[in-house]
Amino acid sequence: MKPVTDIAKLEKIANNIRKDIIRSLVAAGSGHSAGPLGMADIFTAFYFNILNHNPKQPMWKERDRLFLSNGHIVPVRYVTMAHAGYFPKKEILKLRKLGSKLQGHPERMRLPALESTSGPLGSGLAQAAGYAYAARMDSRKFRVYCITSDGEHDAGNHWEAVLFAGKNKLSNLTAVVDRNNIQIDGHTEDIMPLEPLADKYKAFNWHVLHIDGHNFREIIDAVQHAKAVYEKPTVIIAHTIPGKGVEFMENRFEWHGAPPGGGPEDVVPKGEQAREALHELRTLGGKIRGEHE
Amino acid sequence: MAPSRDGYGKGMVEAGKKDKRVVALCADLTESTRTEYFRKEFPDRFIEIGVAEQLLATAASGMAAYGKIPFIASYAAFSPGRNWEQIRTTIALNYVPVKIGGMHAGISVGPDGATHQALEDMATMRAMPNMTVMAPCDAVEAKKMTAAAAKTAGPVYMRFGREKVPVVTTEKTPFKIGRAEIFRHGTDAAVIACGPLVYEALIAAEKLKKEMDVMVVNNHTIKPIDAKTIIKAARTGAVVTAEEAQINGGMGSAVMEIIGEHYPVPVERVGVKDRFGQSGNPDELMDLYGLRSKDIIAALKRAVKRKTEK
Repeated sequence: MKPVTDIAKLEKIANNIRKDIIRSLVAAGSGHSAGPLGMADIFTAFYFNILNHNPKQPMWKERDRLFLSNGHIVPVRYVTMAHAGYFPKKEILKLRKLGSKLQGHPERMRLPALESTSGPLGSGLAQAAGYAYAARMDSRKFRVYCITSDGEHDAGNHWEAVLFAGKNKLSNLTAVVDRNNIQIDGHTEDIMPLEPLADKYKAFNWHVLHIDGHNFREIIDAVQHAKAVYEKPTVIIAHTIPGKGVEFMENRFEWHGAPPGGGPEDVVPKGEQAREALHELRTLGGKIRGEHE
Repeated sequence: MAPSRDGYGKGMVEAGKKDKRVVALCADLTESTRTEYFRKEFPDRFIEIGVAEQLLATAASGMAAYGKIPFIASYAAFSPGRNWEQIRTTIALNYVPVKIGGMHAGISVGPDGATHQALEDMATMRAMPNMTVMAPCDAVEAKKMTAAAAKTAGPVYMRFGREKVPVVTTEKTPFKIGRAEIFRHGTDAAVIACGPLVYEALIAAEKLKKEMDVMVVNNHTIKPIDAKTIIKAARTGAVVTAEEAQINGGMGSAVMEIIGEHYPVPVERVGVKDRFGQSGNPDELMDLYGLRSKDIIAALKRAVKRKTEK
């Protein structure tokens, strides 16, 4: 797929993806809102600029591999894949429905190019690292990416993988941490403090970058930078705003596991949440008038 | 006499020679799991994982998704003991061809004690969709089993023992995944056994030969189970199951499910009866926990008595 390099265009795509995330979650009636909205820019950057891939041939052998470790944010991946042309956009309304390829948590055997089955947290980086190790055994040129959440850094399995990738100098592996500071029960630093997170990775022999996870230039530059690091795996700590784009959801852990229509009602009543979220995304937070309103 | 884990090591080397996609991962137990045989032969295809059984399963999952055929080994108490969820999600549900070797399974590990005596692995692995579950009766069968596992498309769990046990099969004994073998024909009762209890069952049948004519079935594949052969055994009218594992949910339970549904006859189970092991030498423990030919003989007598009482 030809990369989109125009930042304004990428921003517009991400905004459309956010709208479809809301539609998809509303159709499902359950699912997570905060993470998918917060990661819409990063997924847009990957599928529309960074990844070497072909949506018409999802299993193309030379494709870059994108692993999603925190499977619960998969609606953003499904919607982004639909926008990139992997499958018809109307399929996103089948999220979490019986017989759907779009399972509540991603299953590799149900949809091509998901690369792994995930949901139980902390196991994705290890799979990506195993994959990267195997690919290097065969001198393959593609890159392996793994998106992780900050909350899953509580899990031992994740740190086992950090050790393994550091030991084996898996420079073909780049991890992205969605550093949104929330998890289901509250703020990460209250639940199980992760800071100093960058120092932890450095101590495990990783190259560490920090970025604003909503700034396309920074996202793309960081991934390119990681490609130039030959002696270590790279982790990109992406600071994101959970619920990004929908003001009443932003930065609130209560929206971690709730769909629009099922979240806290102190700002917007349940019956209005989906409409209000779409209105905000259409009008870019009230900056412009919505087309169909 | 040979430990079945030797067969795992030899089978992996054989598989590795035939297929260069075969790789071996080990969690800091390379010598005792016999992964060493593979490491010596194919150092570039051996991956040391350290004491990290969750990583063992998940890194192997990634390698298998890429296209390798990973054999992963640790003690069964740790893998699948500790990493059961990772095996479930990233190997079984994910449907990748990772071959899991659980070593030092059963109570015959001996002095290490209950922490290291995996007895629940049969039940926990048998409950997992997509998983093939096997227990070889000796080192020769273990080698065939391991080599055969490399050729299947899906995930496989195999359990092996630490101790030297009698070798009852030869290179020529037929072996096919999913097909139980009748090692001894008989008409009065049948013992369906797996692992080192197959030998004990053969001894029991021999000792009883003046009293009753006992069929002995080597049921090495617990899943997918060979219902046809089990029903054939049930037609004798009395069945004993024998395994070196918890009787709750193990091979004997699997056999009872088949018999209960298709051909109900009295069944008696020989196995570890819902308790943990302890330190002791292997022979003492096999005696104390009732896993000997004498225990199979007693069970056969009970089963035949129930049959005639009917």
